[in-house]
Amino acid sequence: MTVIDDRFAAANTDEGPQELRSRSQLTAKEVLREVGAVLRMSEAQAAALADIEHDAGEDQTMIINMGPQHPSTHGVLRLMLELQGETVLRCKPIIGYLHTGMEKTGEQLTYMQGGTNVTRMDYASPLNNELVFSLAVEKLLGIDGDIPERAVWMRMLLSELNRMSSHLLFMASNGMDLGAVSMMLYGWREREEVLRFFQKVTGLRMNHNFIRPGGLAADLPAGWRDDVLDILEKIEPRLHEYDVLMTGQPIWRERLQGVGVITADEAIALGATGPILRSTGVAWDLRRDMPYLKYAELDFDVVVGSYGDAFDRYAIRLNEIRESMRIVHQIVDRMPSGDYRIQDKKVTPPPRARIDESMEALIHHFKIFTEGFKVPEGEVYVGIESPRGEIGCYIVSDGSAKPYRMRIRPPSFINLQTLPHMMRGGLVADAVAVISSVDPVLGEVDR
Amino acid sequence: MSDGMTEVQKTAEELHGCPVIISLGQRVLLVSRDQYVSVMKALLDDTFDLCVDLTAVDYLLMPGRVIGAGIKPERFEVVVSVMSMQKHERLRLRVQVPADDASIDTLFDVHPGTEALEREVFDMFGIVFNGHPDPTRILMPEDWDGHPLRKDYDFGRIPVQFKGSPA
Repeated sequence: MTVIDDRFAAANTDEGPQELRSRSQLTAKEVLREVGAVLRMSEAQAAALADIEHDAGEDQTMIINMGPQHPSTHGVLRLMLELQGETVLRCKPIIGYLHTGMEKTGEQLTYMQGGTNVTRMDYASPLNNELVFSLAVEKLLGIDGDIPERAVWMRMLLSELNRMSSHLLFMASNGMDLGAVSMMLYGWREREEVLRFFQKVTGLRMNHNFIRPGGLAADLPAGWRDDVLDILEKIEPRLHEYDVLMTGQPIWRERLQGVGVITADEAIALGATGPILRSTGVAWDLRRDMPYLKYAELDFDVVVGSYGDAFDRYAIRLNEIRESMRIVHQIVDRMPSGDYRIQDKKVTPPPRARIDESMEALIHHFKIFTEGFKVPEGEVYVGIESPRGEIGCYIVSDGSAKPYRMRIRPPSFINLQTLPHMMRGGLVADAVAVISSVDPVLGEVDR
Repeated sequence: MSDGMTEVQKTAEELHGCPVIISLGQRVLLVSRDQYVSVMKALLDDTFDLCVDLTAVDYLLMPGRVIGAGIKPERFEVVVSVMSMQKHERLRLRVQVPADDASIDTLFDVHPGTEALEREVFDMFGIVFNGHPDPTRILMPEDWDGHPLRKDYDFGRIPVQFKGSPA
């Protein structure tokens, strides 16, 4: 079709450095791209926006590394920043330090084992990862309409509680990044309440592997209702404390308002979803706009911002905790009784009691856990709203018990692309606020 | 291998001159490599403004697969998911990419958000995106050999070592 670029021809060994290069090594067009002037604009618009002729020459700028070992980079994110004094001109996120080949691993694990793999990707919202994987597998199996009511509602309960714990973690880390260290302690404290409930239900605080194809691993424990109401009761007044401590506080506002601004057009062009997209005023939430599970039956609001800055993203997450609590209240009221998983002996293990009395049940149990279950040939994409945006799962099945290809569409990975655009023209000190407001989970970025 | 493929329905529908199939209730557009970018541009005008995902599949171990609508299967397939936020609609594009010329035009000018995704596909599958502004690896180290998600790339394992076993 076309001649392969020279850089690829070199025996696939050296594609060139991934780093940010100095301006003298770049063409004008490449510089324009790196300063973020490519977002579906004409060249004239782009040049005007990029303000490129006002950028300092190379003798006045400096390229520095921020990370990968930096406390505010949320793991191992490395940013190369081109600075003119304190001002960030260009920025390039360099990732891959946490890459462990989880999509390749996913091809070696059966559908039964797959949950243990995907749950470790976005470790701040593991239940949403499991949920999207399970929904995709169920669609391939053709049992997506047969999941018992209780299982569906339990999934929603866990997913919303997980959204709360994830956003509480954001509150903690966002506060810490900006110097509100007591906020870090409060955020972790409230998150702990939710994690303690997860531990009671799933046995683990993180990486639960609880939502599985066909339903869930177990039913809710006795007394779950009181535990959930207790959490909601505790967190409610504490969110009010956050408002006092941060939202209304002049220093906090000064630090975040107008920092890391992105427009709706830019966010959509870059594929950003979740709170980043909503902060620009686009009311897009898959729970409402393309409902899955039973979200269509629930009453909740989609929180949007208007300026697309770091403060909006903070405020959206804070209020999404409140919306999630509203949803959890409704779920607690309406939780139906029934089975917590589909009773399909080819997909879910038989009940424990059956194993004692039925040889056939024992064989099914054994086969499910050793060979797994076969999934008909086909391909499917399912996307749901995770705390960070749209998490999607694309599975290709060749008819065997393992996925032929298992792809997770990682929201953090794609949202990271907004960083250079948010940072341009800002201060280095604001870079920390911007990274924090994107809320990337590096386990998911690198997979 | 194609016998189990019952869920794919052929439709008479065509979109921008490309056949549409229904895979498990989801609309899939089968696009040829030459039409790819122009179809994406046309879809952008049809309000499919959010490019949700771009990935690839290496079908090396499924040579006899049937795609439908008379499309000749190739080793690689680039899979793009787009979404119309106005119509609340998803659409998936599947583009066949042959093994002997594993390259395809970049979507960067249509959806700048595919920049990192295309780098990832290049990194993992070795599919070259013509015209990509920064065609480097993204997840693997830059001096890495091979492309890990290809099916002929060996799956790594840690050798089990027992105490006192001979070598």
